[in-house]
Amino acid sequence: MKHWWKILSVLLLYYTIFAGLLVDVPHLPILHETIRNLYFHVTMWFSMIILFAISVVNSIKYLSKFNLRNDLVASEAAKVGMLFGINGLITGMLWAKFTWGAYWVNDTKLNGAAATMLVYTAYFLLRNSVEDEHKRAKLSSVYSIFAFAMMFVFIMVLPRLTDSLHPGNGGNPGFGNYDLDNKMRIVFYPAVIGWTLLGVWIMQVRTRITLLEEKTF
Amino acid sequence: MAKPNLISYSIAKLKFFVNLAIFLNINLKFKLQTLNLNLKPLLKQIIALIKKETLLEWRLKYSFSGILIYVISTIFICYLSFKQIIDPPTWNALFWIILLFAAVNAVAKSFMQESHGLQLFYYTLVNPQHVILAKIIYNMMLLLAVSCISFLFYIIFMGNMVQDLGMFFLGLLLGAAGLSSVLTLVSAIAAKTNNSSSLMAILSFPILLPLLMTIIKFSKNAMDGLSWSVNYPNLIILLAINLLVITLAYLLFPYLWRE
Repeated sequence: MKHWWKILSVLLLYYTIFAGLLVDVPHLPILHETIRNLYFHVTMWFSMIILFAISVVNSIKYLSKFNLRNDLVASEAAKVGMLFGINGLITGMLWAKFTWGAYWVNDTKLNGAAATMLVYTAYFLLRNSVEDEHKRAKLSSVYSIFAFAMMFVFIMVLPRLTDSLHPGNGGNPGFGNYDLDNKMRIVFYPAVIGWTLLGVWIMQVRTRITLLEEKTF
Repeated sequence: MAKPNLISYSIAKLKFFVNLAIFLNINLKFKLQTLNLNLKPLLKQIIALIKKETLLEWRLKYSFSGILIYVISTIFICYLSFKQIIDPPTWNALFWIILLFAAVNAVAKSFMQESHGLQLFYYTLVNPQHVILAKIIYNMMLLLAVSCISFLFYIIFMGNMVQDLGMFFLGLLLGAAGLSSVLTLVSAIAAKTNNSSSLMAILSFPILLPLLMTIIKFSKNAMDGLSWSVNYPNLIILLAINLLVITLAYLLFPYLWRE
């Protein structure tokens, strides 16, 4: 049974959807029932960060061994991470509309998320503008490592030093403190694992398709 | 009973400290010697490379004067279109945006003007990591000169709103260092591609954002004449970003010059 994690992913996501929409949640002012979005919005960002980390690790691996397969995995992980990032943005915008009253507010955490999308768009543009495979792999690996470090500063360090509406920053407590009670935790953590496994699954399938295409053409 | 014990104890303690001091002294001397041996060729090569860059710039005066005219005409356009800026945040943001575009244009040529064969020739002569350090330091000096001159023209046209000039110039220095280190590495990447000039801006803007936002906050505090203690967190972030970027450029550049 080497495919157990795919079955686990599907089961966990079913659990996330049903338990996330049906299980009782704490009734907080302003948030009300939108707190259920926690299972779909925050988990997207968790999976995105993990997928981008996979991408960077593969870029570093490429630079140490010069194996093109690592570069392929890095680019596919970045693509799937981008998909999760866009989903995270959309769910976050809907949530912001219901709680803060606008789809977009000028906030460090939100701007960091938008800048992350820009960085990875630039990464794909760089990949498309180089013809030679090894040259493309080298340039994009270097850019990806460099960009990941700067992105880390932008979304992990800077928001913690400034005021922000977003929970977990600038004096606002994170969900870990009191919003996220034990009842929510038993849905939240399985949801993170489920979405991440789904992302890795998509990445694996895409890598295989690209490898097959390269073999046939 | 207690007294002799105490004395012997203190003598033992003294001996320990003397020994420690001797050991540390020897160790320090040894370390300095080894460091000196490693540092000398590095400094020599870097200084030679910076001299070469400066000489090239001096002989091709049109590139530096081109950047200056670019900045001055941008400031003049802003002066004509804004007429007058009353709001300090706008003044500050406009200044840094002008500098950002000038910096992208100034640094973009650092790897593009040299032919592939010439670069290969350099890399056989010197350590490629020294090339990137020398280019970063040279570009930093260039950007510092450009930013000082553009600041002068900016206050002539837009009026001076800065209350703490010392802190503002420290911001200019840190900004020039950060811009030059990020842009030098990005220009090394962009120079290898087909549409280098447009990629330069696309690749560098998103990763310059954290630096730019911190530097804008830093110089805004300098404009308001706030005390230095308010600006320490920003100063530390700027120094940390500079250190991070220079380290990454130093580590990653060897993978870029080879093809």
